Amino acid sequence: MSEMRTRTVKDYSNAPLCLSGRGVTRAFGLGEKRKLAVDHVDFDFHEGEFVSIVGESGSGKTTLSKMLLGLLNLTEGQILFQGKPRDISTGRKQREYWKGIQAIFQDPFSSFNVFHKIDSVLLDCIHMRGGRHLSKEKKIEMMTEACSFVNLKFAELTNKYPFELSGGQMQRLMIARIFLLKPRILLADEPTSMVDACSRATILDMLLDLRNETGMTIIFITHDIGLAYYISDTVYIMEHGRFVESGNAEEVILNPQAEYTKRLISDVPKIHEEWDLSTVDLLRAE
Amino acid sequence: MKNTLRQVFHAPKFVTGFVIFVLILLTMFIYPLVNPGNPLEMIGVGTFAKPGIYVSMYDATNTSMETLRLPDADDKRLDKLLSQTDRVSMIDWFDATGVDITGLDLSDTDTLLTLWNANYDPTVKPKGMTQAKRNYFKRLDASIKQINASDTLIVSDQAEDGTLTEVRTISKTDYVNTSQVANVKALPLGTDNFGRDVLKELVSAAGTSIQIGLIAGAVATLIGLTLGLLAGYVGGTCDDIIMFITNIFTVIPGFVLLILISYSIGQEQRGASVVAAVIGLTSWTWTARSVRSQVISLRNRDHVNLSKLSGHSLVRIILTDILPYIASYVVMAFILQVSSGILSEAQLSLLGLGPKTTEVPTLGLMMNWAMLYSAHTNGSWWAYFPVILTITLISFSLNLMNTGLDQVFNPTLRD
Repeated sequence: MSEMRTRTVKDYSNAPLCLSGRGVTRAFGLGEKRKLAVDHVDFDFHEGEFVSIVGESGSGKTTLSKMLLGLLNLTEGQILFQGKPRDISTGRKQREYWKGIQAIFQDPFSSFNVFHKIDSVLLDCIHMRGGRHLSKEKKIEMMTEACSFVNLKFAELTNKYPFELSGGQMQRLMIARIFLLKPRILLADEPTSMVDACSRATILDMLLDLRNETGMTIIFITHDIGLAYYISDTVYIMEHGRFVESGNAEEVILNPQAEYTKRLISDVPKIHEEWDLSTVDLLRAE
Repeated sequence: MKNTLRQVFHAPKFVTGFVIFVLILLTMFIYPLVNPGNPLEMIGVGTFAKPGIYVSMYDATNTSMETLRLPDADDKRLDKLLSQTDRVSMIDWFDATGVDITGLDLSDTDTLLTLWNANYDPTVKPKGMTQAKRNYFKRLDASIKQINASDTLIVSDQAEDGTLTEVRTISKTDYVNTSQVANVKALPLGTDNFGRDVLKELVSAAGTSIQIGLIAGAVATLIGLTLGLLAGYVGGTCDDIIMFITNIFTVIPGFVLLILISYSIGQEQRGASVVAAVIGLTSWTWTARSVRSQVISLRNRDHVNLSKLSGHSLVRIILTDILPYIASYVVMAFILQVSSGILSEAQLSLLGLGPKTTEVPTLGLMMNWAMLYSAHTNGSWWAYFPVILTITLISFSLNLMNTGLDQVFNPTLRD
């Protein structure tokens, strides 16, 4: 991974905006139980940028990602897609929006419909890109290409059900889906948290390859600030539904300003060093 | 799918219920083939003929006879003719007139008759005995004399002018072979108040009732499923409106609603399928509520989100991403609805609000007639007990199937 870090960190601040939010808020519950899961956050994601949103469990990362995907309505604020206010009021407009933004979910085991074969998952993607009229051979060729991109053999997967695969394979199948769809934005919600460490490296590698190949924006949601440091250009640190710090990954992580960021960094276990557990004690004392 | 079916057919409870249900279904299909004809045909003129084999007396007297000298024939004849009540009454007479009957056994017909013939005197007026009672003893005495007297019966032909010509004589030792008699009718469950063959009617009624149950179950499940899926998946205002309607139907007792609707439809329009539809229309709320809650827990799953992101339409998501996940649940709900549909029909019919009575027999209607003609008070158990047993068996088998399925689909319930 360390060699990834050696690439020149590009400055994306002048790149065209693809997704930005102004005062994005989401509340759950009513009255006294009303809780702000995402609390007036502003962000600007640029084209081709690798953005990480880092925060601990319950900080509102997944709620934010659902809102970005348009699966959850905003309580307040607005999201701009390619500079214009996002409009997903009708089914047609939603489908159009989802051609531009796709996602990889956290739990590969629950991401697939267990009643559908793998073929139909991939065929859906081809159809969505307007490939419904293509010949059967062409479709199989496209699916084979997508599978080989993620080191899977389509011939072995065809006519199988997703639950017959391992977690890592399923997550790679998810990436194959993205490869076929080639969206402008990919939202990856902790795609590596449910797979083992070896698969994790492969999956991250594939995401970076995808980015380099198609120039898509990747919004990477994680609780692991170490991981975010290695792969992202920009990081947003999220605490209790707010962004406490954001900016260039190098600057934020090497020079953290917010207390929360410092704590997150100190919580990362490091090899050849004693693990600093003082923050845990502090938390307990609270 | 294949695996699930194998699992289902290995669940003992499900298999037991399934076998019972299939046996009932088979009887429904096979019995009419063996015993064809209209199940509502009134073959008997009297009410409530007892179960048994009926031999035509006219044909029997015209059948060639064999002579059998059976040593215990006379005793048996006497036993049959002298009922238990008669025997007790005879003892009463002995008590009243002070005859010593110590050591007398009621079932000892010979001694009883000897004592009677020796001691009965129609002119004696025991103290405290009413005239009616004494007349009863006179009749009893006459019939006892008859048993002793007649050795042969004469069968005669009656001409138009009333003259009788002897056709044949029948002596006590004459027997006919039942297979030679032209008309022998087996009525394993007797006849009902209209003189209809109860078994034939019962088989036909079970079929109609299961049909009613299936229609009612299908209607209820279809409405409940559609509303539940829409309310659960679409949510928001749609959910509010559907749940508002569902709650209204839930708080009004379904059975009261059923009675009112059945009554307002009127006897003429109330065919079996109309009654079934009415039952279905009043019992969908339970399915709607439970389907809704299942769907709510499903709609935020990742595979549904993925389907949305793949641009699938609302209908397609509901049909392919939600429905298959709750299919087992819906099948179970359907089975329960069928069972409760059959019971509802029985309840309605018992109140006289069931299907029109002239066209088809249903289990409920049979119970209704048995009740109206007081089968339960005059001891005609065959008119209602087999019906109760059939209803119980059908709903028992359906509920057993449901429990079996529950154990397959909810592994936490397995023993």
